[in-house]
Amino acid sequence: MTVETTLGPSGTEEEHTPELLGPWALMWRKFRRHRVAYVSLWITGLIYFMALFGDFLAPEKVDETNRRGIFVPPQGIHFLVTDEDGSRSFQLHAKALKMQVDRATMRRSYVQDPDKIIPLGFFVEGYSYEILGLIPSKTHFFGPKNPRDIVYFLGSDRLGRDILSRIIIGTKISMSIGLVGIVVSLVIGVSLGGLSGYYGGWVDTLIQRLVEFLRSIPTIPLWMGLAAAIPLGWPPLYTYFVVTIIVSMIGWTSLAREVRGKFLSLRNEDFITAARLDGLTDWEVIRKHMVPSFSSHIIASLTLAVPLMILAETSLSFLGIGLQPPIVSWGTLLKEAQNIRSIIEAPWLLIAPGTMIVIAVLALNFLGDGLRDAADPHAH
Amino acid sequence: MSDTILKVRDLNMHFPVGGGFFGKSTDVVRAVDGISFDVRRRETFGIVGESGSGKTTLGRCIMRVLKPSSGSIVLRRKDGQEVDLCRSGKAELRDIWKDMRMVFQDPQSSLNPRLRVLEIVGQSLRKSEGLSGKDLSERVAQLLRQVGLRPEFLMRYPNAFSGGQRQRLGIARALATQPELIIADEAVSALDVSIQAQILNLLQDLQEEFSLTYVFIAHDLAVVEHICDRIAVMYLGQVVELAETEALFRAPKHPYTRALLDAVPVPDPRKRRGKHKVSKLADVGAGSKGCRFAARCPHATDLCRNEAPPAKRVQDSDVLCHFAGEI
Repeated sequence: MTVETTLGPSGTEEEHTPELLGPWALMWRKFRRHRVAYVSLWITGLIYFMALFGDFLAPEKVDETNRRGIFVPPQGIHFLVTDEDGSRSFQLHAKALKMQVDRATMRRSYVQDPDKIIPLGFFVEGYSYEILGLIPSKTHFFGPKNPRDIVYFLGSDRLGRDILSRIIIGTKISMSIGLVGIVVSLVIGVSLGGLSGYYGGWVDTLIQRLVEFLRSIPTIPLWMGLAAAIPLGWPPLYTYFVVTIIVSMIGWTSLAREVRGKFLSLRNEDFITAARLDGLTDWEVIRKHMVPSFSSHIIASLTLAVPLMILAETSLSFLGIGLQPPIVSWGTLLKEAQNIRSIIEAPWLLIAPGTMIVIAVLALNFLGDGLRDAADPHAH
Repeated sequence: MSDTILKVRDLNMHFPVGGGFFGKSTDVVRAVDGISFDVRRRETFGIVGESGSGKTTLGRCIMRVLKPSSGSIVLRRKDGQEVDLCRSGKAELRDIWKDMRMVFQDPQSSLNPRLRVLEIVGQSLRKSEGLSGKDLSERVAQLLRQVGLRPEFLMRYPNAFSGGQRQRLGIARALATQPELIIADEAVSALDVSIQAQILNLLQDLQEEFSLTYVFIAHDLAVVEHICDRIAVMYLGQVVELAETEALFRAPKHPYTRALLDAVPVPDPRKRRGKHKVSKLADVGAGSKGCRFAARCPHATDLCRNEAPPAKRVQDSDVLCHFAGEI
């Protein structure tokens, strides 16, 4: 694309505009052209919206058990009701269920109750909560109009808890606790990688050998050991918080290498030399020229690290060394589906949170890829 | 005219080769090997040579981007004070860099793509004179005008400029601190020929206007002939011939210079060339005790191969050859 030739005969400012865009604006334009990444950005945004306004979106209370709603399969939403006189009208509703117990096998099954429907609606009244922990409210985005009715859109678990609500509430923990780890990796990775790349010599050798040593430690046994070393008396969220920080103590290594590489290549760039010749001190050169040059790469690699953290949380919780119930996260939800019986009798226990994890991880990965491509001036 | 602004004496820049995690490096590359010369005030001093001859390293040593292994570089500053750059510390260098500026070869990589023109050209002023806001943008706009750019370009990013315009920005940045000496490292090599001429003319006009001294590093003899007063020809880290431009082009004394001049393409297919053909770049081992050019020289004798040539002065030219003036 030749920019010079786009100048019109009049040479008005409008025709100049594309040239005047700064590097960030150019990056954004390139990013928007990456369709999948752009859609992923919206999905990621939605997921974080879910994390922030979980209570508003969840139809049921997260730890509300229901003895008469154990292992209910997902219930559908219906649109039309037929009145007694045969006329049809629009009304969002779900069919009420009746539990039947087979005396011979002692198995429960649910059949639809043809006489009863549960009307559904938007902005309905439900359990009370606080928006963002500040404003008390009882309004929920979607659910049964009568607060005493319960509808399981994605089925229920062995205690009759609503899976949909649990997934929505679990988003908060799953999407946020990884971020803490990432911030820790970021701080350690950038400072040690920066030191390593800028000064070189024995500092570089020392840090790189440390990185190699840490990378050679197998992670799962280490995590298990660490989880065992943490006092049992600690609250489970606190325990997991500590585990994440310890995990990220190892997670910084790849970031440190990336930053070091960037520093090494930047150190020889002419504009860095030019900045030094302009009389800037080392620190000013790093702050004004080097860090802005690779901040976009850092953002991209951090975005790619978030799904790894989510998966780590999931697998740790699945193994029983991460989060423990009663904390609700996607990992602890999957743990519910850990035995054959629940997979056969209630496959939604596995499918629903599993799908959510796949969507979140894919969205973040595509987002990270898109950001990286947009940040790379050599990519097409 | 004839007082000296820069005195380079016995300058050496040796880079260690090899050596790993535990091993010590065994060998050195003598990128700059015992070079001495003077640069006079308000002249344009050319340094030419093929790639790998060490001319860029020499430029960076003079700029003190690299710390030379040994030798001295004495700069006479604006206030008449003489400083040896090899013995200056970081803080002192930052001050010296106001008097001595550099124009880079690649205008693409020497301008930070993430900063606006105002910041790129003005950052030395912001630092040295503490200018900011309106004062700074006025000064930068003035600098842009001096290098033939429109002051409206102030808020643009480098990606909005063509190669020639970018090199003008590089020159504007060099001029910002009102230097006396500008080291231009292949300043026009990355540009196409028509733009080269424009930039060279700009450099000459600026020299007139601000009484600048240039050290002009290049590999293109046509460019050097056009702009330089005196020329140093470099070969493998040494200056093999140093003479006035006119004398050098009329009567080259060193066989290498002759070969170099011969290699300039002549736009006439009937004119035969290649009188002074030299063989391809030979392997320059560490233990070469004789003349460095001996392996490629058509006139080489046993004397050349065994004994390093002394610096000779032949008809106002400094030549590094046993048979200078004879062949």
